[in-house]
Amino acid sequence: MNLDSKIPTGPLSAKWDNHKAKLRLVNPANRRKYHIIVVGSGLAGAAAASSLGEQGYDVSCFCYQDSPRRAHSIAAQGGINAAKNYQNDGDSVRRLFQDTIKGGDYRAREANVYRLAQLSTAIIDQCVAQGVPFAREYGGLLANRSFGGAQVSRTFYARGQTGQQLLLGAYSSLSRQIGAGTVKMYPRHEMLDLVLVGGHAKGIVTRNLVTGEVRTWSADCVVLCTGGYGNVFYLSTNAQGCNVSATYRSYRRGALFANPCYTQIHPTCIPVHGDDQSKLTLMSESLRNDGRVWVPKTMADCGKDPAQVAEADRDYFLERKYPSYGNLAPRDIASRAAKEACDEGRGVGPEVGGRRLGVYLDFSASIQRLGESVVRERYGNLFDMYENITGENAYRRPMRIYPAVHYTMGGLWVDYNLQSNIPGLFVGGEANFSDHGANRLGASALMQGLADGYFVLPYTVADYLAGVGLSGRPSVDGVEYRDVLAQVNDRVNRLLKNQGKQTARSYHKQLGKIIWDECGMARTREGLTKAISDIRGLREDFWKNVAVPGTGADVTPELERAGRVADFLEFGELMCRDALVREESCGGHFRTEYQVDGEAKRDDARFAHVAAWQWAGETAEPIRHEEALVYEEAQLSTRSYK
Amino acid sequence: MVKDNHSHSADSVLNLRLRVWRQRRGQPGAFEEHALQGVSTSASFLEMMDMLNEKLVRDGKEPFAFDHDCREGICGMCSMTINGMPHGPLPGVTTCQLHMRNFRDGETITVEPWRARAFPVLRDLMVDRSGFDKVIQSGGFISIRAGSAPEANATPIAKDVSDAAMDAAECIGCGACVASCKNGSAMLFVGAKVTHLNLLPQGQPERDRRVLAMVRTMDDVGFGNCTNQGECQAHCPKGITLDVISHLNRDYLGARVKAFFSSTGKARRGGD
Repeated sequence: MNLDSKIPTGPLSAKWDNHKAKLRLVNPANRRKYHIIVVGSGLAGAAAASSLGEQGYDVSCFCYQDSPRRAHSIAAQGGINAAKNYQNDGDSVRRLFQDTIKGGDYRAREANVYRLAQLSTAIIDQCVAQGVPFAREYGGLLANRSFGGAQVSRTFYARGQTGQQLLLGAYSSLSRQIGAGTVKMYPRHEMLDLVLVGGHAKGIVTRNLVTGEVRTWSADCVVLCTGGYGNVFYLSTNAQGCNVSATYRSYRRGALFANPCYTQIHPTCIPVHGDDQSKLTLMSESLRNDGRVWVPKTMADCGKDPAQVAEADRDYFLERKYPSYGNLAPRDIASRAAKEACDEGRGVGPEVGGRRLGVYLDFSASIQRLGESVVRERYGNLFDMYENITGENAYRRPMRIYPAVHYTMGGLWVDYNLQSNIPGLFVGGEANFSDHGANRLGASALMQGLADGYFVLPYTVADYLAGVGLSGRPSVDGVEYRDVLAQVNDRVNRLLKNQGKQTARSYHKQLGKIIWDECGMARTREGLTKAISDIRGLREDFWKNVAVPGTGADVTPELERAGRVADFLEFGELMCRDALVREESCGGHFRTEYQVDGEAKRDDARFAHVAAWQWAGETAEPIRHEEALVYEEAQLSTRSYK
Repeated sequence: MVKDNHSHSADSVLNLRLRVWRQRRGQPGAFEEHALQGVSTSASFLEMMDMLNEKLVRDGKEPFAFDHDCREGICGMCSMTINGMPHGPLPGVTTCQLHMRNFRDGETITVEPWRARAFPVLRDLMVDRSGFDKVIQSGGFISIRAGSAPEANATPIAKDVSDAAMDAAECIGCGACVASCKNGSAMLFVGAKVTHLNLLPQGQPERDRRVLAMVRTMDDVGFGNCTNQGECQAHCPKGITLDVISHLNRDYLGARVKAFFSSTGKARRGGD
């Protein structure tokens, strides 16, 4: 298979402009005759649906939540990057591009990242015009703060709720189009499959989560903005409903899945408290500015009250290992160091499953130096949230933190137009793989979702539609739709009729444990090989023994869960396979066999490429394709933080 | 399971009696009683509900349906009236952020859906809040086409104005204000959005038509009137205050007066 990334020719800085000038257009009077399906209503989906609606297309937007305003983009805390250079501190499009490429450990596509940096400034304009209340200075102009992986202040923010405010902005534009009738919104609908006609994506199958109705929809093209797959780990900072089904089902229909092993583990999350935990909560990275990370030097001290552990008996392991960056070491590095300390048996906090998985994030030195009131002013809301969840007062005793899955850089393979290898299937936001390489920098996810939705997809979707013309939309009564519908119904009925005794959640937990242990922060050949065989066993067991109560003809939460878990049980294997073949360490992908002095060792000669996987059937192994990453501007170098 | 650790906040287990609402769409509902043992005080309320549901599924019964998603208090999807209070007894938190250490061993906990005419029950603890979306669709936006925005710093906005807009914009649209109000009024929700947008310079061109349209839709989809009881403010997990209702009333009155005096016989009315 030829993976044509369709990167335009010409210098990096002129590619997008040149390309836009060549993209075909659709006459305004004809736009309403094209039906576009957008799945997902987060930053990418809501922005794409509203922008295409504004242009006059007939858009249908689907989400599984009860309202498009609930999509998980809403939970992003920190901010959104843009190369505005309002601080006059030397920022530029080129610098944002360079930071993002380096942050991704040189595993992202250069042309896409450059375009993202170029579009970043228009995003801020758009959001301010929508009424997004970004933080401001007393002079009335926009404020910025600094964030990891950059030496300039380019992050725009709205208190600790930037994602919420950006999403509500996109939701307001979407709502305006729904009111105007250009977008039809279908909340509480879950996409269960993709329909191809003549090799093009021409529709989807959905289940109405209230009535249980499973039906087909035909369209001229399909845009997936369905988020990431972090919930394959069971415990993550993702929302409960986040799932891989839309992208995985599209993969089974022929779309390539790129770099599934690239996942981001965030170092500062509240540790697991017990077997019944459903969710992990992020504590903003900013806390590491004033907190010191430590564990006791010896296991014997791990059960003690932290105040009883003498200064000399504490191991400030980040300061020890990375003296120049200390507690501000990057996310992947800090996460691995915490895991190592706990693997040595020096973790703290209550024992869960026989192990203490937590490290201290200690503010006592800062409280002594700055006073409690200053610390409260900076982080009060986070300390409150911490106390709410753990019942502990972090002004009095150190916080306990542990890494957790936060974001997934892999996703469906797309070309420069954000079109997958299936014509007519576009993929935006976290659901695609394109911009973050092997590690995403903070405040870049919001930027990418909105760039895709507001400023890329509206152009490239139009180009596709102009190419296929008005005769392109098949009737929903066609055999292709009936076939896929029948397959979806078979699967739903198989789940409902299963005579098992085990809950879908119990399988999800077991899968999550396998993935976390073997395909989490550190991966080995043996572990991944074992994980693949364990997941296969678990999957067989699932289809024999899962219990799905209910008729399906009504609200049936266990059916929704079982369908998503079934897809995770297949996807998890693909993820491990990708991690197994990538015999190098880069960004969030750390293979213990490939390291130098404990740090990631990239292998540019063998692995400076995107791995894109092709489904080959139920019994055959998937086929791995490569798209070489060619760097015209960026200089490949080794990241060091010592 | 979690082992007790003397050096950390005491983590104990609770045995509970739960009275949970069971209802199918369009049919009358009733409470069902269940005993639940061994609930960790570290668990969130929704994790406790997960435990109950897992037990029901293992026993071959249908679990209770409830809305939830982010479980970190920001998406607004979780609801539940707990012991008569929307989002439960702890002020300033959503149900998903309520933890079981706030309950006592042996306690009976009553769990109901949001109860309001405009929020019909879809199943068990799940209600239909699409009325909120309809209100926003009628005017809860600034009309800006992607691509036509001016430079972001072209319009300075005083910090206190921007901060006040942000205070109102923190509303998560959960519906606790409606559920807590004896009139089923959505004035806090509508007031929050009107205040957010009408405070900002970007929101001025549509200021009057926005408030008129949103209030009319609010009435049309079945939300009740405000009688200044203040229950909404008391139960809002995000601390939205009654100030937004004053703002809404002031803007609404101003828009009505302007519409009346500018009436020239031609259709120039915002939405009322």
